[in-house]
Amino acid sequence: MMEYKEFKALANQIRRDVIEYSYKTKSTHIASNFSIIEILTALYFEQINISPKSKFDDNRDKFILSKGHACLSLYIILEKLGFISKETLNRFSVNDGSLEHHPRRMLEMGIEVSSGSLGHGLSVAAGMALAAKMDNRSSNVYVLMSDGEVNEGSVWEAALFAGHHGFDNLVAIVDYNKMQALGETKDVINLGSLAEKFRSFGWSAVDIDGHNHAEIMDTFNKLPFERGKPNVIISNSVKGKGVSFMEMNLLWHYRTPDDEEYKLALDELNRQL
Amino acid sequence: MRTIFAKTLLELAKENKDIVLLTADLGFKVFDEYRLALPKQFVNMGVAEQNMIGVAAGLALSGKKVYCYSMVPFLVMRPFEQIRVDVCNHNLNVTLVGVGGGLSYGMEGMTHHGFEDISLMRSLPGMTVTAPSDPIECEAITRESVEYKGPLFIRLGKNNDPILHNDKVKIRIGKGVVIGDNGEICLIATGSMLPVAKLVSKELAGNGLSPTLISMHTIKPLDVVLVARMAISHRAIFTIEEHSIIGGLGSAVAEYMMEEGHRCMFKKIGLPDKYCSHIGDHNFLKDKCGLTVENIKQQILAVLNKGEG
Repeated sequence: MMEYKEFKALANQIRRDVIEYSYKTKSTHIASNFSIIEILTALYFEQINISPKSKFDDNRDKFILSKGHACLSLYIILEKLGFISKETLNRFSVNDGSLEHHPRRMLEMGIEVSSGSLGHGLSVAAGMALAAKMDNRSSNVYVLMSDGEVNEGSVWEAALFAGHHGFDNLVAIVDYNKMQALGETKDVINLGSLAEKFRSFGWSAVDIDGHNHAEIMDTFNKLPFERGKPNVIISNSVKGKGVSFMEMNLLWHYRTPDDEEYKLALDELNRQL
Repeated sequence: MRTIFAKTLLELAKENKDIVLLTADLGFKVFDEYRLALPKQFVNMGVAEQNMIGVAAGLALSGKKVYCYSMVPFLVMRPFEQIRVDVCNHNLNVTLVGVGGGLSYGMEGMTHHGFEDISLMRSLPGMTVTAPSDPIECEAITRESVEYKGPLFIRLGKNNDPILHNDKVKIRIGKGVVIGDNGEICLIATGSMLPVAKLVSKELAGNGLSPTLISMHTIKPLDVVLVARMAISHRAIFTIEEHSIIGGLGSAVAEYMMEEGHRCMFKKIGLPDKYCSHIGDHNFLKDKCGLTVENIKQQILAVLNKGEG
């Protein structure tokens, strides 16, 4: 496990990179990225069994970013791990570029599945988990969804299916940041306890603080939570986490920082180091 | 037709352990033998078509050759976006096997009819669209599907479809089958309309016309070489399908001919652009929607008379 200080610095760097690229390319969804920084960083740097060397290996773990709109942080992490080059990352969100605002499957860059339309990832992940079971492979399949995403009925079709078949090699993470595109989840479609909902679908569910490194790692270390049940981590998070004026502010689902906001955001992140 | 599909797939799956058959809780008795013989290559997904297609994509991304089975509207309309994003966008080896094309579930009503499916599937990049017209075509397409690259839609009727070809005829996806190539007019039929077109052909022979008949079991990619040959050597072309006149075989043939500058007489014969307001079994509804031998014959004669006038 990474030292806390080291992890914190890494997460901070990724947030600053998100600000840089969003500012430079006028890209949106900063706040949706910020709520998953810790969980995604811990997953990629400390948990998932995949590396640039094993990206075509049949026994690799797989990850699907089902909330595809938060792909900028994934691209940044993939660059830091050597899946994609700095050059490629710099061709994010430009005409004739290499990376767009939702992920496109490019195995050579470590991107398993195209996403962007919500409610698809869990089914595809369940199919991958089923294939691994059929072939007696021990690899895990991770899928990260947003809370707004679980409004989609297809998520619950997949949840029933995975629960029924008991895919304990399937790890779903729901980024429960309590906000979706037009408001707070409690006002749009109240989700209540997601853990209870998944449990009633036959899953093993844990609620964690999605920004707490120790808690995230402790949770990963307990996988599978129960033999014969799919795993779901309800990652309670703060939308826009890390920059005070972006936190729990719907505007930052859409807004790109102007010159002043850009400076303010970076200053605040720098102070956290 | 679905019986021959199930039988053929079982035979193929015994030889290839990567074949996986998913059904959205449909196919009573059809897959009994398959599921008993190959329980590890069969999953009943329940009544959850969106999840079935997503899971199919996950399996195919992991190297499986996946077949998804349901009734046409539930298979290709309910989860259209999963087919688009998860299957076609990734160009996966997923075969969608839809039973009940056209009005074949007659008395079950509008929800169970599938007459917009070819149009929808044809619009998806990379999707191959087939509608076998008899068990021989169905078996051949099923066999070819195993090694076929990319998404494939096989549109089946209900069952009890007559055998039209002799078993020596060579069936390949993307190649139309010519039946009697000497007429001055050409009938191009697909799927369930081939037997009807055959009867129309016989009737027209009585009027001094003996049409060339084509079984166009593959609508996409269309056998344009064959269509071109027919357009050059025939006075008129008629497409006949149990599908909306919008976007199906007729549209595919028309698009091609128009762009290539073929100016022979042409008419699309299919289901009108409306929901069927009648209640009845398959044959009754086909009757009411104008897909009878007599009506098709009259439509053809009317076009030819107009052309001469």
